[in-house]
Amino acid sequence: MKRRRRTITVETLARVEGEGALRLTVDGNRVTEAQLKIFEPPRFFEAFLRGRHFTEAPDITARICGICPVAYQMSAVTAMEQALDIMVEPQIAALRRLLYCGEWIESHALHVFMLHAPDFLGYESGLAMAADYPHVVERGLQLKKVGNAVLEFLGGRAVHPINVRVGGFFRVPTRAELEPLEEQLKWAREAARETVRWTAAFPFPSFERNYEFVALRGFDGYPFIGDRILSSAGVEMRSSDCGEAIVEEQLPHSTALHARLRDGRACMVGPLARYALNADQLSAVAREEAEAAGLEQVCRNPFQSIVVRSVEMLHACEEALRLIAAYERPDRPAVDASPRAGTGHGCTEAPRGLLYHRYVLDEQGLIVDARIVPPTCQNLATIEEDLRSYAEARLTLSKAQLTWQCEQAIRNYDPCISCATHFLRLEIDRR
Amino acid sequence: MIDDRTRAGRDATPLVIGIGNDFRQDDGAGLVVARQLRSRARGRLRVIEHGGDGTSLLDAWNGAGLVVLVDAVRSGSAPGTIHYLDVRAAGLLSGPASWTSSHALGVADAVKLAARMHCLPPALLMYGIEGRRFGLGPGLSPEVKAAAEAVVERLLQSVP
Repeated sequence: MKRRRRTITVETLARVEGEGALRLTVDGNRVTEAQLKIFEPPRFFEAFLRGRHFTEAPDITARICGICPVAYQMSAVTAMEQALDIMVEPQIAALRRLLYCGEWIESHALHVFMLHAPDFLGYESGLAMAADYPHVVERGLQLKKVGNAVLEFLGGRAVHPINVRVGGFFRVPTRAELEPLEEQLKWAREAARETVRWTAAFPFPSFERNYEFVALRGFDGYPFIGDRILSSAGVEMRSSDCGEAIVEEQLPHSTALHARLRDGRACMVGPLARYALNADQLSAVAREEAEAAGLEQVCRNPFQSIVVRSVEMLHACEEALRLIAAYERPDRPAVDASPRAGTGHGCTEAPRGLLYHRYVLDEQGLIVDARIVPPTCQNLATIEEDLRSYAEARLTLSKAQLTWQCEQAIRNYDPCISCATHFLRLEIDRR
Repeated sequence: MIDDRTRAGRDATPLVIGIGNDFRQDDGAGLVVARQLRSRARGRLRVIEHGGDGTSLLDAWNGAGLVVLVDAVRSGSAPGTIHYLDVRAAGLLSGPASWTSSHALGVADAVKLAARMHCLPPALLMYGIEGRRFGLGPGLSPEVKAAAEAVVERLLQSVP
């Protein structure tokens, strides 16, 4: 029998953040190539940060993403504070964590309800799903709204907050000012708990791979901002090691850099990685719900990331409530930072995974060199490996079904193409 | 988390939502209308400036009885043309999603989403101002600026 060569292509991937395409090359019963093609134009952020003052980095880098601007601000201020050798007060750190909780809630709610759930329920979009599940979609939009309310309150606005600075904030709230958020977060906590139960009942394809998970390790709670990075292979590093441990390469098919670990292995960052390395750090309620949802201590089925994302949303609500209850207004909103020459590294957990920033500053505090490694870049190699492996076992499916399932396999990662360009059409090329 | 105004009944003051982006030339027309109305309507209208994110648009009109959207449009008409339509009557409530990414849930998709979720305002009108330039940078084209001012006058005349 003549071997069949097929190409399966998705010209423009739907329900991902940004613009990209997928091309699979199939030779007989083997998938010989899986490429995520990212055609969103490159954005050159690292280049135009050069020559800017260290104080500008949080606001400039926030513009990289409208969904996760807080992540960029947090990695930027963490890196700058390391370079300038300053420490922030514990309540400033707590407010940053609270702001980050808002972003996880907002970003996860959008992905879980509007972008990913339609895949499992057989709808082409969140809009189509809304006709049959209006109350579910409403719950999702309200959850997103609560996350945005935290950003608006602490950050000054829901997108690209303006209250974050190196050393702290421009203004810190009083205890009484935080109280209205409490009621909204209590509603969100119950809605998130319902969401864990709802997603846990979805039909998940049987698919597992042995991933190399990479995430911050939390010691006093599930990690948002930190300095210790763990991999599931047992490698432990500090943020200052990331620059060497994560190697980025340019590939002809993509305007995004593809990152791999120094030994060439692909890694996975994001909810599954954080959960695998930090499940013990979740709040008691989030742990209970994860267990009731049937999640093992380590989840290797990327399709179940929607359940883990929901567990993280529940944790973020709990954590936000805990932080508000324990809040005492710091005496000053920020620690002053004087310029000096130095290098700083910042690692934080963006909703999509580890986000690394490194800055080199001169004596005037101007940026000499900047490096930004977004989570989606670190996941691209793993997504391509998932696609190859997932599609190869399903080549007897119709092209339409296979295409749909491949898109779904990509959406497992909530890829943010806009962040990564520096992303989908599906083409399957059968040989 | 139903808004209190929904529980209490609809807000009687008409709500004008000016939609746009100041930094994309004529796309700022809706915002210019909102700002001029705010300084002149003196409580007769409630006015919101909106960046156009569809999901938060549903929230913005929650509880309102009469909502007027003002947005720049591109339909091929002459720049500065004012399009006026009753969204419910115009057959815009059904059809597939035109959005592919969450970055692009626009006004039309927000209207369709709201229709499916039964949270459309009872009356939803729209002024579309035909734009000429949607490139980078601030400032409206002269004919678009004149059309924005005409929409302000029409809205002020329509409320007691």
